[in-house]
Amino acid sequence: MSAPSKIKRKFMQHQGVILAMFSFLIPLMIWSIVSYVPFVWHPKVKITVPGEVSYFSEGLLVDRDVFEREKSDVLAQGKTIPEGVPANPIYFPAPDEVATAFYTAFVTEPKRRNEKWLHESLWDSIQVIFWGFVISSIFGVPLGVLMGTYRVFSKLNEPFIEFFRYLPAPAFGALAVAILGIHQGPKIAIIFIGTFFQQVLVIANTTRKLDPMLVEAALTLGAKRTSLLFKVIIPGISINLYRDLRILLGWAWTYLIVAELIGSSSGITWFITQQARYKNFDNVYAAIMMIGIIGLFSDIILGWFGKRMFPWEQNKSLS
Amino acid sequence: MNKLDLPSYLDQSDEVKARFDRLKQRPVILDIKEFTKIFETPTEDVVAVKDLNFKTYRREFVCVIGPSGCGKSTLIRTLAGLETKTSGQVLLDGEEIDGPGPERGMVFQGYTLFPWLSVKRNVMFGLEIAGHGKSPAEEEALQWIDLVGLSKFTNAYPHQLSGGMKQRVAIARALANKPRILLMDEPFGALDAQTRAKMQAYLLDIWRNIDVTIIFITHDLDEAVYLADRVLVLKAHPGEVQEIVEVPVPRPRSPEQFLSPEFLATKARLEELIHPPGDPDPELPGDHMNMMNMVPVNDEVDKVE
Ligand SMILES: Nc1ncnc2c1ncn2[C@@H]1O[C@H](COP(=O)(O)OP(=O)(O)OP(=O)(O)O)[C@@H](O)[C@H]1O
Ligand SMILES: [Mg+2]
Repeated sequence: MSAPSKIKRKFMQHQGVILAMFSFLIPLMIWSIVSYVPFVWHPKVKITVPGEVSYFSEGLLVDRDVFEREKSDVLAQGKTIPEGVPANPIYFPAPDEVATAFYTAFVTEPKRRNEKWLHESLWDSIQVIFWGFVISSIFGVPLGVLMGTYRVFSKLNEPFIEFFRYLPAPAFGALAVAILGIHQGPKIAIIFIGTFFQQVLVIANTTRKLDPMLVEAALTLGAKRTSLLFKVIIPGISINLYRDLRILLGWAWTYLIVAELIGSSSGITWFITQQARYKNFDNVYAAIMMIGIIGLFSDIILGWFGKRMFPWEQNKSLS
Repeated sequence: MNKLDLPSYLDQSDEVKARFDRLKQRPVILDIKEFTKIFETPTEDVVAVKDLNFKTYRREFVCVIGPSGCGKSTLIRTLAGLETKTSGQVLLDGEEIDGPGPERGMVFQGYTLFPWLSVKRNVMFGLEIAGHGKSPAEEEALQWIDLVGLSKFTNAYPHQLSGGMKQRVAIARALANKPRILLMDEPFGALDAQTRAKMQAYLLDIWRNIDVTIIFITHDLDEAVYLADRVLVLKAHPGEVQEIVEVPVPRPRSPEQFLSPEFLATKARLEELIHPPGDPDPELPGDHMNMMNMVPVNDEVDKVE
């Protein structure tokens, strides 16, 4: 590669990093403005001095007009007036609260003995995703490749799979519980159902998109059925296959929450519902963000591996 | 040079005539008899090639030219086994061709190196499939890579090579199988003029050194005359043999011969066959009035013509 284009690429990389930072900074800024600048939203009042309003207590959140009404009432009766500061609703914690929750959520002991710590819940979720996705891929990848390669396979399977993929995976929840019990089994099954049928079709399609010239070239070099499949088709689609799997893994995550509600609620979903029940919304946000962060980082790690696994691919689309 | 000064392309020097006599003594390697290919499409049946008869002798270099759509690719793809014939006979060493096989190497116009394999592994591909062990295959591949002058790029991946280099690897890859016949469908069509000239020289050099028969499709008449022993000229709709031209330019060939009388005479003949005088090209519209408004030309800009 020539020097100028190297410099240009460096520059582009640099620019890319800055833009990526901004893509996170902009939402964070909006969040901060809404949280910290009083007149932007703040529809509530947080009581600092209850005064002589009977049901006010320190720290209580009331609607602004309720506060004004009570204030003018007590004022009219000549009693001590309450005081308060503008605040956002409890379900809208400020960035610093959520940031603190990131730490406290991990170190807070569960309320009951048999309940799990956050890291244990997260680990359960990761296992559900992992097994659901791995089992789906063990069957889905070979089937997809075969369907993309041989017409017989695709004619035989595609109609049914096309039909099945329209059935919403969560609809199988009750069935999965009946068959597989209430623990991890049905949850993994939901991830599997949600991933598998899409996976087969996506991979069959990717296989079909392999440049037919490469297949023809291989045939003229003496490749026959099996050698064609293993020495040309599979390596030829490997980059795109890997990319498909990364995208599909993202989809699997979107099934996680539904899956974990099935049977006995577990994992990060259990943590989220539990914390919402206690109105610890800062913890809820922290947990939701953790899902995002785990997803993003696993994707970055897979991208990094991809670059090393496919040295022949010139920097495009594997980031 | 005035056209009238040219000798007839049929005039062959004694030396050339003797060469052709010897050539025709060689065994026939490829024998095409009454070959017809019809593509059945949903709307109509396209007759791509009709009743084509042609013989190739061992170690001959044949170029195929003809207007676009006359069935050149169809012919060569059938020889490669990538298409099946509709009727007739296509014999290689007296045996009917059935499907693709390593004894018929092919070099395509587009780049068909396997992008996930290094240059060396690309060239080893056919050898490994044929069951050669890894190290003999590697040794042999290295020799072929050396022959096409790419020893420095043994471990490079295809995306790191220029177009000309890619085609050289493709040639080495096809030749590594020791094919009886090498089929080339406009292999240098995508290359710039300079690279193309170099590749032609390379190819002649390789062909001189090994026992292989070459069928080479091209659009470039200079290329055809420069490379070929005989030029198979096809005509379109349906694809039939128009003429088989014996090139009277002596071998070994060199670029200086581009201006020799026999070269020019042969080229003029091919030109005449492909664009018969007084026969307007049916693919060009008669007038270009419809282009008038496509590019606004204002008065300040000089008219090109
Ligand atoms: N798969 C196909 N299905 C239907 N018709 C086809 C098919 N392949 C080629 N043809 C038709 O057969 C005829 C010959 O095509 P072919 O590609 O052999 O021409 P060609 O001489 O190689 O042309 P070019 O110089 O443009 O490469 C054309 O009319 C083309 O439309
Ligand atoms: Mg063609």
